[in-house]
Amino acid sequence: MRIIGKTRRRVDARAKVTGQTRFADDIVLPRMLHARLLRSPVAHARIVAIDTSRARAMRGVYLVLTGRDLPIPYGILPVSQDEHALAVDRVRFVGDPVALVVARDELTAGEALDLIEVQYERLHIFADPIDSLTRDEPAIHAAAARGNVHKLVSLAFGDTDRGLADADLVFEDTFFYQGNTHLPIEQHAAVAALDPDGKLVLWSSTQTPHYVHRALARALALPAAHIRVIATPNGGGFGGKSDPFNHEVAIAKAALVLDRPVKICLNREEVFYCHRGRHPVVMHFKTGVKRDGTITAVQLETLLDGGAYGSYGVASTFYTGALQTVTYHIPSYRFRGCRVFTNKPPCGPKRGHGTPQSRFGQEVQLDKIAQALAIDPAELRLRIVERPDTITANYMRVGTIGLAECIRRIVDASDWRARYRKLPHGRGLGLACSAYLSGAGLPIYWNDMPHSAVQLKLDRSGGVAVFCGATEIGQGSDDVLVACVAEILGIDPLDVRAVTGDTDLTPVDLGSYSSRVTLMMGNAAIQAAERARDMLATAVGEHLGVAAGRLAFADRRVFDTQNPAAAVAFDRAVCLAEAKFGAIGTTGSYTPPRSAARYKGGGVGPTPTYSYSAAIVEVDVDPATGWIQVPRIWIAHDIGRALNPALVRGQIEGSVYMALGEALMEEQEFRRLPPRLSAALVHKFPSMLEYKSPTTLDMPEIFTELVEHPDPRGPFGAKEVGQGPLLPVMPALANAVYDAVGVRIDEIPVTPEKILAALKAKAAGKEPRFGPPRFPDIDWPEPLQVPPPWEGGGGTASAPLRSASSAASASSTRSNR
Amino acid sequence: MMRLPRFAYRAPRSVGEVTDILAANEGAMVVAGGTDVLPNMKRRQQTPALLVGLRGIAELKLVAEHDGLTIGAGVTLADLLDIPLVRQRYTGLWQAAAQIATPHLRNMGTLGGNLCLDTRCNYYDQTYEWRKAIDFCMKKDGETCWVAPSSRRCLAVSSTDAAPMLAALGADVCLRSADRERRVPIADLYRNDGIDYLTRQRDELLTSIQLPPAAGWRSAYWKLRRRGSFDFPVLSVAAALQFATDRTVTAARLVLGAVASCPIVVKGAAAALVGRALTDEAIATAADLAAHPARPMDNTDFSLIWRKRMVRDLVSYALREVRGDDVRELRRRVSRAALLA
Repeated sequence: MRIIGKTRRRVDARAKVTGQTRFADDIVLPRMLHARLLRSPVAHARIVAIDTSRARAMRGVYLVLTGRDLPIPYGILPVSQDEHALAVDRVRFVGDPVALVVARDELTAGEALDLIEVQYERLHIFADPIDSLTRDEPAIHAAAARGNVHKLVSLAFGDTDRGLADADLVFEDTFFYQGNTHLPIEQHAAVAALDPDGKLVLWSSTQTPHYVHRALARALALPAAHIRVIATPNGGGFGGKSDPFNHEVAIAKAALVLDRPVKICLNREEVFYCHRGRHPVVMHFKTGVKRDGTITAVQLETLLDGGAYGSYGVASTFYTGALQTVTYHIPSYRFRGCRVFTNKPPCGPKRGHGTPQSRFGQEVQLDKIAQALAIDPAELRLRIVERPDTITANYMRVGTIGLAECIRRIVDASDWRARYRKLPHGRGLGLACSAYLSGAGLPIYWNDMPHSAVQLKLDRSGGVAVFCGATEIGQGSDDVLVACVAEILGIDPLDVRAVTGDTDLTPVDLGSYSSRVTLMMGNAAIQAAERARDMLATAVGEHLGVAAGRLAFADRRVFDTQNPAAAVAFDRAVCLAEAKFGAIGTTGSYTPPRSAARYKGGGVGPTPTYSYSAAIVEVDVDPATGWIQVPRIWIAHDIGRALNPALVRGQIEGSVYMALGEALMEEQEFRRLPPRLSAALVHKFPSMLEYKSPTTLDMPEIFTELVEHPDPRGPFGAKEVGQGPLLPVMPALANAVYDAVGVRIDEIPVTPEKILAALKAKAAGKEPRFGPPRFPDIDWPEPLQVPPPWEGGGGTASAPLRSASSAASASSTRSNR
Repeated sequence: MMRLPRFAYRAPRSVGEVTDILAANEGAMVVAGGTDVLPNMKRRQQTPALLVGLRGIAELKLVAEHDGLTIGAGVTLADLLDIPLVRQRYTGLWQAAAQIATPHLRNMGTLGGNLCLDTRCNYYDQTYEWRKAIDFCMKKDGETCWVAPSSRRCLAVSSTDAAPMLAALGADVCLRSADRERRVPIADLYRNDGIDYLTRQRDELLTSIQLPPAAGWRSAYWKLRRRGSFDFPVLSVAAALQFATDRTVTAARLVLGAVASCPIVVKGAAAALVGRALTDEAIATAADLAAHPARPMDNTDFSLIWRKRMVRDLVSYALREVRGDDVRELRRRVSRAALLA
């Protein structure tokens, strides 16, 4: 291969380094107006009245919209259509939008916000998930499992009680993972305008133009065919731009009303209010093991603080329990998850979506298990790594798995055997592993159409244009698209023009989320390119008088592999094909294979193939102060094949950066003022200065290992890399703290204060630990019983009348490892 | 994005012009680098009707060597770092300036601006909309100090890095108004009140900083913050000690930053160092004494208990560095920079 696997300059690099990439806020249109949102200053209230008359009368103000103008709710998931662009009768958190002002400039719009008078009737404020668990009224949303409990999940795969009883040792641990946010450099921005036909166009820094397109059609009650959504290049997404947002819907409405372009650019504080970031999760792991480390059963319970809206929350809840089984063999597994509503900005998908929290708990608990069993943590994991081509207890289909090699590579690179448990007091190493999806197996809304589609246009100039709805959010998706096409057609990536993320021009790709783009778009692109290549080969074969199958495409030539001198240039080949077939246009599409999980809830977790990562973190802890530093990290990632190694390494290093922020400092924290004096519940510090994320000076040396065994389901064998490498870093860091100073920090972030508190507890003869004391009591529903494959299950729930004990009787037939 | 409110702007060419404008305009504020005032204006913490730009005034950028050193208040922090004498003889000042904000902000921000830096607080350094959600606070537009609702004074934190160090070095500042000029020891420029934190009169301009001769003195500055750049201090220690030829300490000044609304001069701790060698025991005694007056509140990054706990450690780091210990490893860990003189 000429292109795939080579480190190349990415195709959009020139535009980015020369400042020519046009982000949403760079768009300036004639007669354009500017909008700002009035946001709620109260955390939970009924809107009694809104008086916009003074704002409307202000010079320079063109329009004021309120919830009455946009009565139709929307939301990313079909089951959670609980958002309004502007609050209709209720505000649910400080920052919830109430009105939109459109004015000649941003300053005027901002001044007009102050002239809008809103009367609120305050309601009880839910600040703490425990409050939401126990108090049903007032319900933040009518649609909920009960009261303020948004979602309850209870799944049982095999007889966990039997598994725990069969164990030599049972470990129980409670962990807390603090919420945090995406912090993209680019704040969300959008421009709405009507095209000369009167159709709506929205440019937006979104990761999911297709879903925004659907939400706009719904919320504005317009035919989808009369709406065009263009995803501008994102200055970072990380999951924070994958919901349809208030500001997008509201300015689209304003553009329709005014027939003038309207722009909005959120400020940093507003981005914190859009949020959709990492859910704060309290979790409890109960794990049974044999003395050799073999796991007999796992029971996991999670409680997610969802914030004020549904967003992706139902999926997030399932994700906290979906991937525990794909790394290590777990013969029986029980998962219970609960998401509650609170009066805070809504949580949603952040890089790793729902899985980093319980991955943290699982990997820290494994470290404790290794310690108790006196087995090296790397060795323990190597013993229990899931086998390739397996269907897990919860019916996740594991294909290729490079996890064991990831572990071996970092163990060697870090000199683990010579250094683990042997470094001086205050210095330590910790290891952890993880897995992630290469794209969600199911779309957000039910349909049986492809998840990604690509169109290819070749013309007699030799030019190739590739069209795909995929969205470049900085991860390099345009480069992957172009590379796949260029490789198949034997041309240079810079010969190909990519047109992406435009619902008018490009076929649907579901968006840049769930690490799906390389695999799904890549496969669709390969199919489209192969179809074009076959047409060219037929025409060239006739011309040269050789069988089409003997022809190869490389270096902008089509040639006979048995006689390379017999060749035509690529542009000549296109002419020959165009003469023979007419205009050359091909399509390709990709639909993931059918999942083995057929039970309710089994739609979350399946993927065409899982990626695997392993990391070793070295820490330097001052036992006197708790001060913690990370000098070095070794990380290995099972990428299948690196299409462009520079992009892969960039994603891994970026993941490590983001992971360290979560592990050491980032907190989406809220401040409840003394209730006797104030009803306020506010984000503690919605700014890039006080919401702490690492600077370049805080970054360690990173040693990256790529494990490359091409996966048959991936394009040229590639798996995902955008999210997986984030996951092992947080638990590896907590495990390293234990190696360094002998205390367990069962909570993220790991801060000097917490380390010092644990050290003090240790010195006082108490449990050498900092973490949540216990998991709260939750009234779980009866579990859905799904017998695992080795009990003869078929991926569906067993008959509802079948009792837990009868399902258990089959557990002794579990597969012999 | 956030927009500045409307204001008038003047750009005078001399100190005399500035003081005349200040005398005639009650609502005027001066702006040098703008790294403090402009973000504050965007958040509507300050909304001056008139902003007086100082960047065109050559006099404020003068640096003069004599037996000591005079530095114009308008010298940028980046330029301050390039003065060899600062690095060689007033090491603590160089270390303090090197740890202010970020390289970009140091290119704009000035020494005078850092000395006049508005006090900071997590309830105050927020947008107008955020502050409205808590019904504002005592420092701006409200009545309660949310840090301690029973407090009758504002508890916003003095967050300047330069002031504690200059106080330890015994520097004075020059203040000029239309009809007078005065020179005050830098510690007297401040009062322990988050709102009225400067003793500078409304019509006065801080024009220069005078450093005394450095012969026999050694100094160091340690700053505690979450990250290696960008952050304001949550605690800082400025130490300046004068040694006799036999290594006996003949004079000492220790100043804590970011634990109150003004720099805290810890006289008792400093006095305990004088007349003896800087032994481990002497350092431990001084660290204990210094920790006592520190009263951090819950309005910055990190927990106040941990910040209070860290005073002893940070004082000992500073004194060990002044003594000449090899602190490179500690600097790498705590400061994420070598900061070698």
